[in-house]
Amino acid sequence: MSKPVSIHVNGRTTMVEVDDPDMPLLYALRDNLGLHGPRFGCGLGQCGACTVHVDGKAVRSCVTPLSTLSPGQQVVTLEGLGSSEQPHPVQKAFMDEQAVQCGYCINGMIMQPAALLAANRNPSEAEIRQALANNLCRCGTHVRILRAVKRAAANI
Amino acid sequence: MFVDTTRRTFLRTGGSLIVGFALAESLPSALARAPVARPKTVATDEVDGFVAIGADGRATVYSGKVDLGTGVRTALTQMAAEELDVPLDHVTVIQGDTALTPDQGPSYGSLSIQNGGVQIRQAAATARKHLLDLASRRLGVPAGDLSVEAGVVRPKSGGNGIGYGDLIGGQDFTLKVDKDVTTKEPAAFRIVGQPVPRLDIPDKCTGRFTYMQDVRLDGMLQGRVVRPPALGATLQDVDENSVRDIPGLVKVVREGNFLGVVARSEWAAIKAARSLKARWSEWHGLPEQAKLWEHVRNTRVTKDDVTSNVGNPQEAQSQGAKRLSATYEFPIQTHGSIGPSCAIAEIRDGKLTCWSASQATHNLRKQLAAMLSMPAEDVRCIYVEGSGCYGRNGHEDAAADAALLSRAVDGQPVRVQWSRQDEHGWDPKGPPTLVDLRAALDEKGAVVAWESEFFIPEGAGGNVALVAAELAALPHETAMSPGNIIRNSEIPYTIPNIRTVCRRLAETPFKPSWIRTPGRLQNTYANEAFMDELAAAAGADPLDFRLRHLKDPRGEELLQRLATLARWERRPSPRRDAGGGTVRGRGLSYVKYEMNRTYVGAVAEVEVDRDSGRIRVPRFFVVHDCGQVINPDGLRNQIEGNVVQVVSRTLIEELAFDRSMVTSLDWASYPIITFPDVPEVVIELIDRPQEAPWGAGEPSGAVIPAAISNAVFDATGVRLRGAPYRPARVKAAMGSS
Repeated sequence: MSKPVSIHVNGRTTMVEVDDPDMPLLYALRDNLGLHGPRFGCGLGQCGACTVHVDGKAVRSCVTPLSTLSPGQQVVTLEGLGSSEQPHPVQKAFMDEQAVQCGYCINGMIMQPAALLAANRNPSEAEIRQALANNLCRCGTHVRILRAVKRAAANI
Repeated sequence: MFVDTTRRTFLRTGGSLIVGFALAESLPSALARAPVARPKTVATDEVDGFVAIGADGRATVYSGKVDLGTGVRTALTQMAAEELDVPLDHVTVIQGDTALTPDQGPSYGSLSIQNGGVQIRQAAATARKHLLDLASRRLGVPAGDLSVEAGVVRPKSGGNGIGYGDLIGGQDFTLKVDKDVTTKEPAAFRIVGQPVPRLDIPDKCTGRFTYMQDVRLDGMLQGRVVRPPALGATLQDVDENSVRDIPGLVKVVREGNFLGVVARSEWAAIKAARSLKARWSEWHGLPEQAKLWEHVRNTRVTKDDVTSNVGNPQEAQSQGAKRLSATYEFPIQTHGSIGPSCAIAEIRDGKLTCWSASQATHNLRKQLAAMLSMPAEDVRCIYVEGSGCYGRNGHEDAAADAALLSRAVDGQPVRVQWSRQDEHGWDPKGPPTLVDLRAALDEKGAVVAWESEFFIPEGAGGNVALVAAELAALPHETAMSPGNIIRNSEIPYTIPNIRTVCRRLAETPFKPSWIRTPGRLQNTYANEAFMDELAAAAGADPLDFRLRHLKDPRGEELLQRLATLARWERRPSPRRDAGGGTVRGRGLSYVKYEMNRTYVGAVAEVEVDRDSGRIRVPRFFVVHDCGQVINPDGLRNQIEGNVVQVVSRTLIEELAFDRSMVTSLDWASYPIITFPDVPEVVIELIDRPQEAPWGAGEPSGAVIPAAISNAVFDATGVRLRGAPYRPARVKAAMGSS
């Protein structure tokens, strides 16, 4: 039997109907809420394409069961970070640096450093590389992504 | 103008869907499902195949070539806008819809601009000329005295103008594409050649972009496949009770060895696919991985493709002052798209519609029709951009899965999303490549003879058999299609005696397909590393040695510019002065892509840790000449991507398998490069606006492996001939030298 679960996403509390409270957060965001930011990449927590913020921390939504979220926890997705009109500084830096190829990984590539920069306003290049070490990109956009994160750090 | 059934509306409406929390809606499908109000030609020789002008004067361009994440949609928009003399935002490009776009061939081989864009440019130029003629009649001014600004034609002397929309809006051109039409003089370009920001990037950075994986249709069901645990296993028994209790399960679908589940929700489908108990036969038909190269060498040769034959290399070999031989190996690799393949299919009134990220929707259409024994006219494939695609990966197979599952549930729309394991296990692979080379130097250190043999599977570009059709024993191709893998077995140097032969093999362990720079990468690797061996044997500087054998001014200029860019120090390799635990070196590589287009040269800088065998590549220098550059920033993006991707392929990547199946089924067992190891990439573009625009998606990949191998030799004096250069292998090579 499906039952409603309350989650707080992008500043709003919303109910999702789920059959299984252990369903990963990713599917609630994508299938129940129709969000496109968090992406399915591996379902194993290995690639980072599904990254969202939970209470400001970068979290792999594909391996985060809904049941592990407590009602007060704040989930923010790429959509909640900013929009084309009012982008978050990291989103803006990615646009300015044209730091996208196919863009499938870019959700994680933005969400991960957005969390990093919230905690460390002035990371070194080595710290940026380390913070992104578990985010995979196949197109080889890394060079631009590093430039974009450095630009964002300078602008925050 | 026919009713807009296209992605233009699709993407606009798609963009608005995710602003709020509305459930993913079905507008795209509703639009695509609506019949095309007025048939549109998809002929490649008709202007109407490629270009339409709306009543508002805006242009729609229909491209058979699709953007696989390379930015080619932006580049094609630039080319069309330039030729039509309209602003960029007056052009919408529709891609890869078999009902709307001409069949311009698959989006592979670095041909989307070189061939596809040039066709669109001709169609746009023909259209513009026609529009000028129409305006000439309406305005009573000779066409030669008219000019176009932002889609408005007016006399050069001034006065009232008339817009494209008023001239032809909503009507057909009914005109053949004039292949001899005069296209715009490059000196007058205002949009082509500019680093126009990519059209898709803002939406991709904010979660508003609709990827294939995001498309949702009304009433859509979710499918998952359950693949055999061994490639050739037979399905013996399925226990449907094992998934009976999963809420939302609609059906277990079995057709021969094809097994899948359909459910109302994605999570239910995932759980059902994981829980479904099935009994499969054993199968151990793969060769032993440890004996792969022996297996390749012993595979039956079906024919020899002699790709160059000059003089008498055998005789020249015997007379050479110094003779060298070497064998190079490049491993089996996987495509590794970050987003596993996904597709949607539905069958309505006997007609199949399939949404897919396929690089070849026109071919996919024929394959799906054949599989389901239906006429191709009853199949429509619609391209929706997916995760980056570097060749024929799993997109087409997911489409076939979706079609079979849809058919099993009375044609209801079914979305199939592959798991990571499906993708790593079942995408077709880049085949193993084994190359033997022999050459001779004369007493002055010039190469007088060059012979090589490439052991590679037979076949060319073509349709790769659909997994679902194979498993379900439905009609499918049986020939291998590894891509055009014989090119660049030839060498770009002038040597008096050359013979290069591709020994085409009857089989290869895994179903092959092309992965970015197919064959051309592996072949250039062997050639350019062996050229470096010859330079070392001659005691020559590797760059001077190449220049000495190069009779191609464009190539010579490129290498000279590379020497300057990389501050190349002229001396032979290895450097021999390196001490300590970490040694550094630099290596060079050069290609004339497919011997008839894009020139690339690269210099790698490497650091080798002698204790661990670990190679770092801190920096790459690339000089690139693809003729006319459409978008220099997009081009740089492609080159950077190629460098990083092929550094990964060269240092790390190798498929793992046992006798039954791929065993590298995730990113832990098939690692790719990560941020700490990404090199700096320094690029110089040679732009030649007066020349044809050549391809750029692949060529720079070809030079990366040999540049690294040559740099490692420069640093260590050890020649690495078998990729990937994982630390254990490097350490072993250094230990045995």
